[in-house]
Amino acid sequence: MTQQNQGLAVAASGLRKSFGDKVVLDGVALTIAEGTIFALLGPNGAGKTTTVQILSTLIPADAGEARVAGHDVRAEPDLVRAAIGVTGQFAAVDNLLTGTENLMLMADLSHLDRREGRRRAAELLEEFELTDAAGKPAMTFSGGMRRRLDLAMTLMLRPRILFLDEPTAGLDPRSRRRMWQIVRDLVAAGTTVFLTTQYLEEADELADRIAVLDNGRLVAEGTADELKRLVPGGHVRLRFAGPDELAAAAGVLAGASPDAEALTLRVPGDGSAKSLRALLDQLEARSIETATLTVHTPDLDDVFLALTGHSGPGAEGPGNEGPVNEGEPR
Amino acid sequence: MSTSSYAIHDSATMLRRQLLHIVRYPGMTFGVLLIPVFMLLIFRYVFGATLGAGLGGGTGGYINYLTPGIIVLAVTSSSVSTAVSVNTDMTEGIINRFRTMPIARVSVLTGHVLGSVIQTLAASVVITALAVAFGFRPGASVAGWLGAIALVVLVSFACTWVSVALGLLARNTESASNYPLPLALLPFLGSAFIPAQAMAPGLRWFSEYQPFTSIIDTMRSLLLGTPAGSKPLIACAWCAGLAAAGYLCARVLFNRGATTARSR
Repeated sequence: MTQQNQGLAVAASGLRKSFGDKVVLDGVALTIAEGTIFALLGPNGAGKTTTVQILSTLIPADAGEARVAGHDVRAEPDLVRAAIGVTGQFAAVDNLLTGTENLMLMADLSHLDRREGRRRAAELLEEFELTDAAGKPAMTFSGGMRRRLDLAMTLMLRPRILFLDEPTAGLDPRSRRRMWQIVRDLVAAGTTVFLTTQYLEEADELADRIAVLDNGRLVAEGTADELKRLVPGGHVRLRFAGPDELAAAAGVLAGASPDAEALTLRVPGDGSAKSLRALLDQLEARSIETATLTVHTPDLDDVFLALTGHSGPGAEGPGNEGPVNEGEPR
Repeated sequence: MSTSSYAIHDSATMLRRQLLHIVRYPGMTFGVLLIPVFMLLIFRYVFGATLGAGLGGGTGGYINYLTPGIIVLAVTSSSVSTAVSVNTDMTEGIINRFRTMPIARVSVLTGHVLGSVIQTLAASVVITALAVAFGFRPGASVAGWLGAIALVVLVSFACTWVSVALGLLARNTESASNYPLPLALLPFLGSAFIPAQAMAPGLRWFSEYQPFTSIIDTMRSLLLGTPAGSKPLIACAWCAGLAAAGYLCARVLFNRGATTARSR
């Protein structure tokens, strides 16, 4: 409510949390402007869910302060709860109730007039393409349907700030794109969205601002473009037919780093048509044959690698120390 | 925000949810009925003649002795289903949804308790009707019937709060279905089937002082219209004590915070 918090949906500083002797959050600070999408990006076990649980009043932090919708999460939890909606990674639906009954449960708990509740429930079922399943128990729903019902239940509360904890984990690509569209529509209507994800693509696609969480610490924060600027810029990779061409090209092009094994040459550059033409002209002038050329623009995978020293979190299964992914051209 | 009117409104909503569960999942109610009906049949038709003769009243007399105990057994055996349904709520993630909503928190638990009491009342009616079909001839006055209903509600209320606490304590559904077993078995070690005086000395001492003997004896005098002495008072005190202990434990366990197991 104070002047400095005006327009901030979330303002947190110094958040710490340990479970036993495992430190999960080690001094996390966040600010999120109203009406924006914020993505907290990190691998499994980075502390994303814990952050959401603290901000949504589910568990107390060991130290630090957090204000959500202008209210202290510790001192005024009910005022925070009245402003937020939370959809976690495990669909929180009542399996024995039908789609409609689940939504009406939310309507009743938010003390909505029953007729208004019914109207809004029908509206959400329609919007989330659940009308056919409205009368069936949630236990018969598919994974994607359960997620949509879960989110619809959260939206019955008309939250000003929506927490989505890995909303698309385990969804097929089509369901994921649907979920993204739903999130964009919500933000267009004025909702603030706090999203956690381990998919770099998702953060890149949706978020206005991205914070990278690793081992309970924020290692970077900014827009997707700002983060991409943190890592060495894009480059062009040239592959040659033999070592002679490679050596010749390496001698000509400034700043190029050759890889004798792969017969490739990595040349810094932004990948614009103009710079590419200049590059090829230089090689052409000396009659050096180039076999293939690929342009690599930095993506969040590179950011993640550069910031945390391990590869992108969404690449493979949990706890995977898998091969460093160089990232394909996009 | 959680004014008492919200608490009542939210509890009513949660009760509606619980009643829908009972309707959607009738297997649970049948499960509650299974043991008492089985015991009623066994003790009526297998051991009835022998036990009745031992108690000095013939089989017709024994089902009159037996039925009040079976009704109390129906109440305690429903604690298993309560604990399981509370535990399921806690492990399925919907509880975290409730915890992040501005609702009266206790309503989550009161919904379970009220739903359970209603389920148990219904089960008791079925048991009583079956017992009458098997030859039970109650001699209760209207006041006696009302008293019996009140006692079922009271015992059920007490047992349910205890099983809510046990359901919250359990880490998974398996243990949630095991923890209430001692509670469900206590009537067997009370005066449900034979009077405490007929038991071996050590067991007899236990039987005389455990809660369910006074509860069953009270139920028996209410339904048969026989004098009860100080038993009703002792029964009420036990119920109040169990309910209070169950409620306090449940509240502490519920407020312990989100299930930390899946906090990452």
